[in-house]
Amino acid sequence: MANLEASIVLAGVGGQGTLIAGKLLGILALKLGLDVKVSEVHGMSQRGGSVITYVKIGDKVNSPIIEEATADFLLSFEEVEAVRWSSLLKKDGVMIVNSQKIKSLPVLLGQVQYPDNIEESLKASACGNTKIVEFDALAIANECGTAKAVNMVMMGALSNYLGVEEALWKEAIEEAFANKPKVIPTNVSAFDKGAAAAK
Amino acid sequence: MKEIMLGNEAVARGAYEAGVKVCSSYPGTPSTEITEEIVKYENVAVEWAVNEKVGAEVAIGASIRGARAMTCMKHVGLNVAADPLFTVSYTGVNGGLVFCVADDPGMHSSQNEQDSRNHARSSKIPMFEPADSSECKEFTKYAFEFSEKYDTPVLLRLHTRVSHSRSIVETNEPLPQVIKDYVKDSSKNVMMPANAIKRHVVVEDRTKKIIADTSADNGKVGLHRVEMRDTKLGIITAGASYQYVRDGAPNASVLKLGMVWPLPFDLIKEFASKVERLVVVEELDPFIENEIKANGIKCEGKELFTLLGEYTADMVRCALTDDPKFEKGIELDKLPNTPGRPPVLCAGCPHKGLFLALNRLKVQVMGDIGCYTLGALPPMQALDACVCMGASVGMAHGFDKATDGADSKKTVGVIGDSTFMHSGITNLLNAVYNESAITLIILDNSITGMTGHQQNPGTGKNIRLKDAPSLDLEGLCRSLGVSSIRVVDPVETYDCEKVIKEELEKDVVSVVIARRPCALIPTGRAKKGVEVSLESSKCKSCGACGRIMCPALVIGDDKKPVIDAESCNNCGLCVNMCKFDALIKGVE
Repeated sequence: MANLEASIVLAGVGGQGTLIAGKLLGILALKLGLDVKVSEVHGMSQRGGSVITYVKIGDKVNSPIIEEATADFLLSFEEVEAVRWSSLLKKDGVMIVNSQKIKSLPVLLGQVQYPDNIEESLKASACGNTKIVEFDALAIANECGTAKAVNMVMMGALSNYLGVEEALWKEAIEEAFANKPKVIPTNVSAFDKGAAAAK
Repeated sequence: MKEIMLGNEAVARGAYEAGVKVCSSYPGTPSTEITEEIVKYENVAVEWAVNEKVGAEVAIGASIRGARAMTCMKHVGLNVAADPLFTVSYTGVNGGLVFCVADDPGMHSSQNEQDSRNHARSSKIPMFEPADSSECKEFTKYAFEFSEKYDTPVLLRLHTRVSHSRSIVETNEPLPQVIKDYVKDSSKNVMMPANAIKRHVVVEDRTKKIIADTSADNGKVGLHRVEMRDTKLGIITAGASYQYVRDGAPNASVLKLGMVWPLPFDLIKEFASKVERLVVVEELDPFIENEIKANGIKCEGKELFTLLGEYTADMVRCALTDDPKFEKGIELDKLPNTPGRPPVLCAGCPHKGLFLALNRLKVQVMGDIGCYTLGALPPMQALDACVCMGASVGMAHGFDKATDGADSKKTVGVIGDSTFMHSGITNLLNAVYNESAITLIILDNSITGMTGHQQNPGTGKNIRLKDAPSLDLEGLCRSLGVSSIRVVDPVETYDCEKVIKEELEKDVVSVVIARRPCALIPTGRAKKGVEVSLESSKCKSCGACGRIMCPALVIGDDKKPVIDAESCNNCGLCVNMCKFDALIKGVE
């Protein structure tokens, strides 16, 4: 049994593939022989709304919810969502942010501004050894042929910090997409490029 | 074999392992995936019912015939199925019968936050409550056995955090499907007064027996578990709340209830006697707490915890321990404010053009349950009320009657195709019969959208995606006595406006069918690579196209629209908004 205990928040916008990323992490934990819980949001809140998936891995996991200041990792698939969920990150945790900006309805209506310089604000607000890694995961996904691969780019980035060997990740990706084998090479390549870009 | 499963998947697996033969359900978040998962198993007669009452009745019939049967629904669905629920409690079962009901504390995707445990007590039907996927499978499997043993239907209560969390499940070989003999027994199954009076006695005795058996075997019958730790604090809890208790107060002793009605009072008394302080931790109503107090056992509960929303481990920690708060990784006061991100209608959603027409008409709109409830949000802001499945029709009729017909000139009901079939049909018949002048708009997007695209009697496919008879909506409305029936394409928003205006003027019940498939299903999706384009020289930067708030169209820095090719569905609503012909629909 591997020695790993991690609380991972996957934040994003409905349709960005956070659910599949959560499923992948679940498979990974199972391969490590660990307990795992993945909590998802379905239904109305998914329709272009702010969505969040919690993944908790360890010897024994109780609550599926990650609470304030307890996340080891916060992966934000969209820039402003990183700010929205930042209270979940614990001191000395790691935040990985896709710089992609998806403007929400109130922004499009001109009621509120989409904030500028988010990366700088996050870095300036980090406590202790809290690490902020921001990069353009969408550009990398597009290089791989589809914006849908953003989730695997983010998983690649996470793999730099989680301490799980690469071969196991690859096995988990193959299992997660077992019903659509055609898309496996694209997702593996997105994973590799994400890992290389967010060191 | 160990697998990682969604709670709902695990319920399906448990039913399969128990040899379930029939499953008839109506979709509803967070319960939908149970029935979708059962489809994966062969030899199970699984179907989407038109509503929860029908689904329950199909399952009841199958059970009386001798098969193990199940019906699944969200909490509000159990209200629809409450009529058969209360009486099948009296008849009991032949094959095991399980009602799965998924509550939604926190209202992630629901119109209220009701606590279904109250239905268990009032219908006198035992209710189990699992706390994770592994328990979902085991409890479901056991529920069928328990149902047959005690000759009772069983309620299986889930909630969002259990239904929609994945965790590890150990799978087993399924039991063989057994269809028991059917023997006619009218004294048991025909619920008229002479028989029902006797059956009520059986029901009360059954409850007493379950409580006594639970006591005799130290809680095993009810799947209860006592975990003794520090005796300063003892917590009684069940379901997802158990998980918050374990994380929030890890040293406390816990009585984890597997069955939340009827309660094991002897076990509770014994647990209470071993701990210095007794606290009940349960989301929503003080259900366990009140039952315990009514039996003379002292405890704390809702004076410490809220009646509202979901609980967390942190709430338990703050209420019951002196443990310090965790340190945050980010200093929040230095961060910018985040713009809200409410859910929106999708790019190419057929509902949008119709709601924009209603917005321009400034009519009163009685809404209904579905994606189109989002028609209440900007830019449409076109809903006045939304209560429950099918209510749009009756409420519009109520506006008519309250004003001697005057408000029917400025009031419409809006209902989706699946919702109309669920509980709009009888409502429409009522309006015709009682000489209303309402205008009902049926948003026919050829699918049950909000819950994730389930088939329904109008789609021509069944749950296994095989061809099925398809409802003739116009013919049905005609046969109900509706004399004025019009069909419009909701993307043609100005045509919709004109037709609705004409129908509002009529002194009879009118039905307007706004027909266009959901943009997320194959028949509603544009051909790949085909999208709306801009002829920039014609654009006057007026902003009209931007006001529809399509997720695929944003206004650029030069005040001209920018189309996102990836998400544009080529529906052409923005094209219809442009007075200068600057936007051009792609050729499919």
